[in-house]
Amino acid sequence: MAALDPIKTAVRSPRGGLSAAVLVLVVACALFAPWIAPYAYDIQNLPGSNAEPSRTHWMGTDEFGRDLMSRIIYGARTSLSVAITAISISVVSGLTLGAMAGYFGGWFDRAVTAVVDLTWSFPEILIALILIAIIGPGVESVMVAISIAYLAQFTRLTRAQIMALKNETYVEATANLGAGHFHIIFRHLLPNALTPVIVAGMLATGDAIILEATLGFFGLGAQPPTPSWGAMMSSGTAQIFIAPWIIIFPGLAIAATVISINLFGDALIEALDIRNRLRSV
Amino acid sequence: MALLSVQDISVSIGVLSPLESVTFEIDKGEILGLVGESGSGKSLTAMCVMGLLPRIGGTITKGAIVFDGRDLTRLPELELRRLRGKRIALISQNPMTSLDPIIRIGAQIDQVSTLHLGLSAEAAKARSLELIAQLRIPEPAAIHRAYPHQLSGGMKQRIVIAMALAADPDLIVADEPTTALDVTIQAQIIQIMAELVRDRGLALMLITHDMGVVAQACDRVVVLYAGRVAEMNVIGEIFAAPKHPYTRELIRCIPRLGQEPGSLKGIPGVVPSIVDYPEGCRFNPRCSDAQALCRERKPALERKSTGLAACHFSEA
Amino acid sequence: MDPSDPQSDDLVTLTDLTREFSSGGGFMKPRRTMRAVNNVSLGVPRGKVTGVVGESGCGKSTLARLVLRLLEATEGTVVFDGKNLATQSQTEMRKLRRQMQMVFQDPYSAIDPRYTIRRALLEPFQVQGDSKSAAEAKLAAEELISMVGLNPRMMASFPHQLSGGQKQRVGIARALALRPSFLVLDEPTASLDVSIQAQIIDLLENLKEELGLTYLFISHDLSLVRYFCDRVVVMYLGRVMEILPGPGVLPRHHYAHALLDSNFEPDPTRRKVVTMLSGEIPSPFATIPGCAFAARCPAATDLCNRERPPLADLGDGHMIACHHPMD
Repeated sequence: MAALDPIKTAVRSPRGGLSAAVLVLVVACALFAPWIAPYAYDIQNLPGSNAEPSRTHWMGTDEFGRDLMSRIIYGARTSLSVAITAISISVVSGLTLGAMAGYFGGWFDRAVTAVVDLTWSFPEILIALILIAIIGPGVESVMVAISIAYLAQFTRLTRAQIMALKNETYVEATANLGAGHFHIIFRHLLPNALTPVIVAGMLATGDAIILEATLGFFGLGAQPPTPSWGAMMSSGTAQIFIAPWIIIFPGLAIAATVISINLFGDALIEALDIRNRLRSV
Repeated sequence: MALLSVQDISVSIGVLSPLESVTFEIDKGEILGLVGESGSGKSLTAMCVMGLLPRIGGTITKGAIVFDGRDLTRLPELELRRLRGKRIALISQNPMTSLDPIIRIGAQIDQVSTLHLGLSAEAAKARSLELIAQLRIPEPAAIHRAYPHQLSGGMKQRIVIAMALAADPDLIVADEPTTALDVTIQAQIIQIMAELVRDRGLALMLITHDMGVVAQACDRVVVLYAGRVAEMNVIGEIFAAPKHPYTRELIRCIPRLGQEPGSLKGIPGVVPSIVDYPEGCRFNPRCSDAQALCRERKPALERKSTGLAACHFSEA
Repeated sequence: MDPSDPQSDDLVTLTDLTREFSSGGGFMKPRRTMRAVNNVSLGVPRGKVTGVVGESGCGKSTLARLVLRLLEATEGTVVFDGKNLATQSQTEMRKLRRQMQMVFQDPYSAIDPRYTIRRALLEPFQVQGDSKSAAEAKLAAEELISMVGLNPRMMASFPHQLSGGQKQRVGIARALALRPSFLVLDEPTASLDVSIQAQIIDLLENLKEELGLTYLFISHDLSLVRYFCDRVVVMYLGRVMEILPGPGVLPRHHYAHALLDSNFEPDPTRRKVVTMLSGEIPSPFATIPGCAFAARCPAATDLCNRERPPLADLGDGHMIACHHPMD
């Protein structure tokens, strides 16, 4: 199918291929954690705490003697599910708001633009922290906070796409056939605006993983014993001089995932030839 | 010896060969029309003459471009650059791409004559004012101080022509200079350009798709079709006795005053794309006179009773 | 012209049609208003081709959109087949659109790049709620595509696989899908090669005869308009300068004359000496109390600068807005 061609092209490029391989591994960990992980993530073994990497524990154990590798594999579940769910909510809301604002203009557009510009001028982390302060910590709160923190980006991008597309002749031609706003937005404008927004969403997933880890680091995300990469790093800070692996391996997991997402996103942008359209934000 | 003689040049860009065996000459005091539709290679020919082909990744694979006794295809880039602007000037379709939006009009014209003629700042300004006046722009002094965005499209194109003339060139290559302009403005600019060429004894290579402009302004015409020369002749013969069926049909595509309703037909088929040029004569799928030979063998550009044409079946 | 006149032979009647656009009006910027179409009254006779010709900024494209109510008029009325468009409800307007269609200038962007030709051809029925079985849809699309001289094999193609001329044929087929009686042709050949332009004009001529269509043909090309149209309306800066009742009638307005003069014939034995109009087309934001062409007109007097000349009938439907017409 033609729609898959750019993905194939991206995978065939060197950076695209390597990053895709890492991402497949991370996603596999998240999906099949119970079968892949050598130990359960919550079995404590206090005498064996802070053990360095060995044959039995490839990445060592943490301060409660839990197998670090198993916790990282399970942690992929938390990180990915939170980031992907949050960004999906954000993309869908952004598409809706941006399309309505861009298409109809007027007071609605001015209101949306004002709110979007206001949130745009704060860092995502600050928005997320304020929201969590209001609704309280937990996985669901982190999802809501992340999705709202990134909403401005997708709304802006969609609005810019729609504003450009609505001047295309085919929109006027369709209106002249007697088509209503609904038909024009859903049959013509959104399908043509979708690609850059989805790619931007994919890139934002990388940022969202970092944001989730940061919130987890502050203890605002998944609550123990559920493993989360950010929370694992946070607990590792106390042992940084006696058991540095506790902080190093989750850090590497985050870095590898995020870098891979960015590299693959870049390869995809190249394959789709949409760099200019993303710049309109 | 003609001022410019393009001898049998072929061009390749990657795997494509958008120009094949293009040949023509221009003398001083002459306006040569280069006519064709999209993809005919007319703008590419201009780029060859200007030596700008490498910028789009093209190379001349065959032939020579002899300007005033020197083969431009063998000239080093440095010398080419000296010729460009000084002895060969370009006027492009969009005046905005030729004018710097943040520099005053006057400074831009002055710069050409200080650079190429070594004039002092004052002499250059006097010369610019004179050129602006020659292009029949009212209030030259005010225009000299203006910025490009303060002028209309027609005025900007006149300024571009003034810039082209500032270095006192021998040859001007004008690539669709009036296509972006309104008809009343186009008519005036064509008129002014034709007068200047004749008064100054310049050579003008006028690239256009408009047979009306050709009929009005040119002395001789080269008709290009799908990257090859279809026909070359003096203006009167082109219109009175075209030797190539394409030329004949192209002229018929423009409605004349008092033409019978329903008699305008166009040329059937589509303008061929460079990726699938037809075998044999490239016009054969659209030609009403085409026969088996036309599908098999490429016609060579041959001397006919007058001019040159590349057709197996036109009269000798 | 009385729009309610049942005897009137006009399919479309425009009365005092005006459209204003404003720009600016922000901080430190005064709000400026331009009249893109300025008090235009015009009848479009049934079964005929009415041409509107003029240079950029003359308001011809705005006029086209007002006639189809793709833009709302600031003042004045458009009456189509006895119905005042401005008073039609949305539902009524949607039904009326079956009757009045448009062919656009730029065939390259007139079809959604994600649509196949088949889908683009069937969209008019979908939009109008005409449900069709798969077999009926196939038949309808094939009939449309053959009507404009394209091969039904192109049905599965995407627009980028077609040439400009082929795309414009698809644009015409789409406009004809709902069996309209009236087509607005907005420079349908302006972005095509000369040899293709003539093909499209030929096609439009044949379709008009076969289907009994009425055309409003917008163009900047006077020679094309004089060939194709039964009546020629010359516009300048949003106003009608002259209406020529037939293609052979010589213009008597100074602007129409200059336009004709600027139009080079494809015949080197009939070269023209171009009249140099002084000045440029004034800004559309300028308020001109008199004749819009006065600033560039060789025959302009004080009167022309002061008073706007009314559109007067010279007989036989030859209308002219000029205080000092040419002989």
